[in-house]
Amino acid sequence: MSENIFITDETIAGDDDGPLAGKTVAVKDNISTEGVRTTCGSKMLEEYVPPYDATVVSRLKDAGATIVGKTNMDEFGMGTTTETSFFGSTDNPAAPGHVPGGSSGGSAAAVAADEADLALGSDTGGSIRCPAAFCGVVGIKPTYGLVSRYGLVAYGNSLEQIGPFGSSVEEAASLLDVIAGPDERDATTREPPGGAENDTDGKSYASAADGDVDGLTIGVPTELLEGADEGVVETFWDAIEDLEAQGATYEEVSLPSVEHAVEAYYVIAMSEASSNLARFDGVRYGHAAGEKGENDNWNEAFSQARKEGFGDEVKRRILLGTYALSAGYHDKYYKKAQDARAWVKQDFDEALSEADVLASPTMPVPPFELGESLEDPLTMYLADANTVPVNLANLPAISVPAGETDGLPVGVQLVGPAFGEREIIRAGSALE
Amino acid sequence: MSDDAVTPEDVRHVASLARVDLEDDEIEQFTGQFADILEYFETLDEVPAVDQDAELTNVMEPDEVRDSLDSESALENAPETEDGYFKGPNVS
Repeated sequence: MSENIFITDETIAGDDDGPLAGKTVAVKDNISTEGVRTTCGSKMLEEYVPPYDATVVSRLKDAGATIVGKTNMDEFGMGTTTETSFFGSTDNPAAPGHVPGGSSGGSAAAVAADEADLALGSDTGGSIRCPAAFCGVVGIKPTYGLVSRYGLVAYGNSLEQIGPFGSSVEEAASLLDVIAGPDERDATTREPPGGAENDTDGKSYASAADGDVDGLTIGVPTELLEGADEGVVETFWDAIEDLEAQGATYEEVSLPSVEHAVEAYYVIAMSEASSNLARFDGVRYGHAAGEKGENDNWNEAFSQARKEGFGDEVKRRILLGTYALSAGYHDKYYKKAQDARAWVKQDFDEALSEADVLASPTMPVPPFELGESLEDPLTMYLADANTVPVNLANLPAISVPAGETDGLPVGVQLVGPAFGEREIIRAGSALE
Repeated sequence: MSDDAVTPEDVRHVASLARVDLEDDEIEQFTGQFADILEYFETLDEVPAVDQDAELTNVMEPDEVRDSLDSESALENAPETEDGYFKGPNVS
């Protein structure tokens, strides 16, 4: 376990039978497991043991899967490298000495290192797709509302979804089959709407991985290639040529709104984080202030617990989110970010009315070296340029390995229409 | 703070709103970083107003009594409890 993939090694047996019987699954440590500690990569929850299972965990057990451990992650999902974890960084099994991506870095690494057949992560702004790309595995971020978030420790709840990792598109899709579907405990879940394209009646997601892209139309948003690493872009075009050779066609499209996606995403995510993480005060659960003064009042005790329990990146996002929502600044930041979000949605909907799927490099850069990038948060945020627009638009996306540049893994991201998971699974499987 | 550089006082104020105690060196570090990040957020000014026709439907359900977490489980993770209640710090 030299890569530091798991925060907690613990085997949780599932039912004897089911579609995932005999399969091992690693679970990101922000997904609640009854009786097994769930830390979110934070000192704040170092000793927190959930009294109940997340809906996705119940579904894993019912499907016969064996959970093999809780995986390392950026603290509360806030990072692109898994280096903000209180439990130390994780090495990339596919590119030793480099980060596995984040925030679900441990989950992607578990599949890449063969520590688990499958894994669950969560994706608020790319946290499944980025580590999938960096570790050379497949990751799917489902349409908002396809998978229950009950039992997922919330960070940016209007943006995030739980999703699967696998070593092939079909494997990842088979895990999506198990976790997808409405849940009465998450009112934002829904049945995928009907209609020819989204008709999943009786058809599994896994069965869509048939590699048939004859006649598929692919839109390539030019904005998502600008500024990307040369080797990454080259690998990306090789993958598009590969799809063309199998009968797909592509055209370049323009999504002018995505120029503002990163700032809109961070304003919204930080604002939601500042509210969601207000619950950690050391009274009901979590780290309580160690240096307690006898006459400390409520506010002083909370502030001390949060000072001790949260790391730098979490503090940074809570403070910036509090600022963006504070009196006098709400309209300037939060409201404008919501405008930008609506614009991004509109742009994607238009582009996807012309093309079946949209394609881009998942990450504009190959994996960073361990320790390379922690100093400058803004540079780190900009690395999420290609993944965050998809969360703003609530759409499904898959990252599929496309090859290497200088020995480092490169992923291709395919984005589909809402509840068009089968379309991106089919297109992604043609790259294998 | 939008038109001027971010000051340490601004960071202290937001930290107190968010109930996060900061060390002096953290305040200094955040002051510089927030200036860069907020300047970048300013580009949202260029975003046009967009019609937001959210297709939202309320999800309603009847009020029904059902089992929930018992208080023993709910208190399991509390650092301090007393007589079946959470115990918090003094209010003032």
